[in-house]
Parts: sequence; C-alpha cells; structure tokens
Amino acid sequence: MNYSELLAIDFRLIGPELALAIATCVIMLIASRRWARMAAPLLALAGLAVSGALALTQLATPATGFADMVTNDGFGTIFKLISVAVAIVTVFLGYRYFVVKQLDKPEYYALLLIATLGMMVMANSSNLIVILIGLEIMSVPLYALAGFNRRSLESNESGIKYFLIGAFATGFTLMGIAFLFGATASTDLRDIVNQFNAYRANAEAYLLLGTALTLVGFAFKIAAVPFHSWVPDVYQGAPTPVTAFFSVGPKAAAFAALIRIFDFGLGEIPGIEVAFGILAILTMTVGNVLAIRQDNIKRMLAYSSIAHAGYILVALAAGGQPAISAAVFYLIAYAVFNLGAFAVLTVLETRSGKRSDYREFAGLSKGHPYLAVALALFMFALSGFPPTVGFFGKYYIFSAVVNEGISANNGFLIALAIIGVLNSFISVYYYLRVVKTSYFDTTDGAYDRAQVSPAVTFVVALMAVGTLGLGIFPEQLLSLTRSAVFVFL
Amino acid sequence: MDPVAYVMVAVVLFAIGSVGVLISRNIIILFMSVELALNAANLVIMAFAKAHGVTDGHVIVFFMLTVAAAEAAVGLAMIITLFRNRGTINIDRFSLLKW
Repeated sequence: MNYSELLAIDFRLIGPELALAIATCVIMLIASRRWARMAAPLLALAGLAVSGALALTQLATPATGFADMVTNDGFGTIFKLISVAVAIVTVFLGYRYFVVKQLDKPEYYALLLIATLGMMVMANSSNLIVILIGLEIMSVPLYALAGFNRRSLESNESGIKYFLIGAFATGFTLMGIAFLFGATASTDLRDIVNQFNAYRANAEAYLLLGTALTLVGFAFKIAAVPFHSWVPDVYQGAPTPVTAFFSVGPKAAAFAALIRIFDFGLGEIPGIEVAFGILAILTMTVGNVLAIRQDNIKRMLAYSSIAHAGYILVALAAGGQPAISAAVFYLIAYAVFNLGAFAVLTVLETRSGKRSDYREFAGLSKGHPYLAVALALFMFALSGFPPTVGFFGKYYIFSAVVNEGISANNGFLIALAIIGVLNSFISVYYYLRVVKTSYFDTTDGAYDRAQVSPAVTFVVALMAVGTLGLGIFPEQLLSLTRSAVFVFL
Repeated sequence: MDPVAYVMVAVVLFAIGSVGVLISRNIIILFMSVELALNAANLVIMAFAKAHGVTDGHVIVFFMLTVAAAEAAVGLAMIITLFRNRGTINIDRFSLLKW
C-alpha cells in the first residue's frame, strides 16, 4: 500500500465501530466524575444509536476496504445490527439491577461497548487474523464483565473460569490459523477459496490440521459439546444482565465468524459436513438432557443455550443459502426470546438474596401476573410452540436441512433433522416446568414482590411483541436474512 | 527454508502447554501454560512466514503479542481479586459453582 492509497481510505466503512470506540473513550474520560453514574448509560445508548444508524446506511452499500481487511457485505452488516440491538437491550435490562446491587460503575458500559465493537469487527472481515483480533476485542472485556461483581465470590469464580477457558480456546484458534497460513501463505478467506485446489494438492495435511484446530477454538466460543463445560458455571456466576448479553451477543458473532470461515471459506474441506453434524448431535442432546436436571433457572438457560447452538449447528452442517439464512433467522429469533426470559430473571433477582432457583418462581403468577404471562410466552418460544417465532426458527432450519438432504440424496442430513426435532420434544419438559412452577406452585408465606423498573418493563414488552409479531409475520424477517446471506463479498 | 523442524518444536510446545492447562492446580501456572500454547502458535506463524517469504506473518505475530498482553492484564487483575477474596489460587478450591 503506498501513500496515495493511504489517503484514499474510506473511514465510513468502519463508521459504526468508530462511533462505539469514541463513546467508550468519552465514558472512560468522565468515569471519575460523580455524575458519571448518570451520564454513562446515556452516553452508551447514544453511541450505540449512532453506531446502529451508521450500520443501517451500510446495509444498502456493500463494500470492502482497508486493503481488503474490512468486508462490509450484507451478512456482516446484519450481524452489526444484531450486536447493536443486543447491546441496547442489555443497557436497558441491566440498569436497575446494577443500581440495586451497587455495581452501577461507568466501566460496565465501557466494557459492554468494547465487547460490541469486537463483535462487529469479527463479523465484518474475511481475513482470519482480523476475525481473531475481533474475537479477542470481544472476549477480553467479557472476562472482566463476568467477574464484574468483585465482592461476589461466585462472580470472581465465573470470571476466572471464563478467562482461562477463553484464553486456551484462543490458543487453539491461533494455532489453527497458523497452519492455514502455512498451507496457503494467506490469511484472506477469498484467496483460500479461489485457489483451494492448488493449496489442497500442495499441503493437504496442514490445511486439515489448521481447519480442525480452528474448529475446536470456535467450538469453545459457541459452547458446542464437548467444549461446553464452562458455560453453566460462567452463566450462573456472572451478573444476570451480563449473562443475558453472553447468551445472545457473543454467540451470534461467533456463529457469524464460524459461518464465514467454514461455510464460505473452507466449505470444500472433506468431512467438514460430518464434523459439524456430529458436533450438532452431541451439542443438542447433551444440552437438552443436562438441562432437565438443573434446579437453578440460570443454569437451565445455560444448558438451553448449548442446545440452541446445536440446532444452529445442524443448519451449518447442511450449508447452502436456505440453511444459512435459516440459521441467521434463528440467531435473531433466539436473541429476542432469550433476552426476554433473562429480563424477567433480572427483575426477580433484584430482590435480596435471590439467585433464580426454580422454587423462587413459585407464586409468580399472583405476585407479578404480567411478568408471569411474558415468562410463559418466552418459555413457549424457547421450546418452539407456534405461533411464536421460536417455532418458525426451528421450522425453517429443519425444513431447509431436509430439503438439502433430499436434493443431495444425503441421508445423514435427514437423520440430523430428525434428531433435532426429537430433541426439541425433550426440551418442552424443562421449559414448561418453569411455567408450571410460576402458575401452579404456591409459596409458604406472602409473595416477595420485586420493584419493576420502567426500563425492564419496556424490554419485556418489546421482546414479547417481537416474539409474537415475528411469529405471525416471519416471512419479512426471513426475506431480510435471505438477501443478507446472498451477498458474500 | 524448510519449516518442518520449527513446526515440530512448536507442536511440542503446544502439547506441553495443553497438558499443563489440564493438569496444573495453580492458576498462575495454568495461565503460563496457556501463554506457552499461544507462543507456540506464534512460532508456527513465523516459521511459515519465513518459508513462504512473506512478511505478513511478522505483522500477525506483533498483533498477537499485543492481544496476549491485553489478555494477561485482565487475567492477572482477576487472579489478584480472587486471591484477595479467597486467600488461595488453587483451582480445586473454586467449586462454589459446580464445575
């Protein structure tokens, strides 16, 4: 790159990221002031809003820049919008929780914004190294967020476990990328795709080794079985709004990178489909079976998030445009109803000494009738009942996979879809246990009511409307994800 | 230049790091093992960069060193907090949450 090229860099390509970076810097600069506790959430929301608006303008104009390091295609931009939306919801959802727990420090918002920035970088590049750096920009603040409640031993433990496992997973990803670099002398996925056969003839061993190690690294991040053991502990120990963010934001970004690397870049590797299929079967089954025996709803939702990652892996195993757009649809749908469920949990945890065990939900329908209805709706969506969006998410994935299996005459894919459907039957049991507890179980004494803040009411209402609205009109969202997946730059 | 010898050394280092993560009980040693695994990957990248005659690998390694430093800063801060609250950094003691 020479001097004139340097001047011609179009900074609008990273506009959304810059907006977040600037907002973060401002929050850190004012963090020591007394009024920063009030200002930080507002600044964070402003930064996220600007970032989201800039990302919306990019939706119409796909482009690459920064010496091909930044790829603003429709696929990446949709994940930028998901990241921003999840972060905005998390700010609303967590505000009162952090005030009550005396954790409302400005640093929380700064860390949240940096993590969101990392998610954007990760989803928006076709270069393996930029993806890895995005992954790290995302992960390092997340370790700090998991351990954010410094006085709580559980939060400490959650943070340290997340940190050690995350750093170890980074080692695997970097090792994988090193071998891919060795096989191809390039870290750009488009180069790898274009000259795949030549590379394969030259250095197949390095290519396979690199693919396997990268897959292991990402399997840690999306919590695929057998790399899932950290998830329940981290989810249970972290502050609940942070858990809500973990379960949807970083997961969606990691899936974005996974789709770009394995379904676009390395889709030709022999056996990759079977590897994804086996991961999917293990992830769905183990997640659902272990979720049954949990007594804590946060832990149950952790195992449920593992199971949902399994359903999305089924779509990734099939590959192809219909399956991938169904996977993106599912990620969005899952974000909506899972954030809703966590919002209800957050409200109930602002009561002192509560940690979201099942028995604390007894009598919820009397104490908080509206929250109980919303929680039931989210549980029905998680288990995939119509007319919620959860049903259509699963329906699109499994029908796309079956169609792909029939047209490719591939029995393995059809078996995968059947195992997926059986698994979602298992999941009905533990989701409806929450509904049963909140409606039919009774408390010994008077119900301990929580104060419901307007911000959380807004989030719960919005997510409930989203769960039902997208369930009634799923086609609009599906056509958006279809058009997004179609444009890979 | 043939990178095979360098790659072999790196794979051995990576294996030592991985085993260290699995068997060590002290969080500091665990963290050192993770760093060993990361640096083994850096060695692979350097070896291949030299073999292919491209400078991309050198740049990548600089970025990864920076990333590892940031990670170490956050990680060590958390280890210190943990030690203050619990008085130990032995991983077996951290079983408040079912592992």
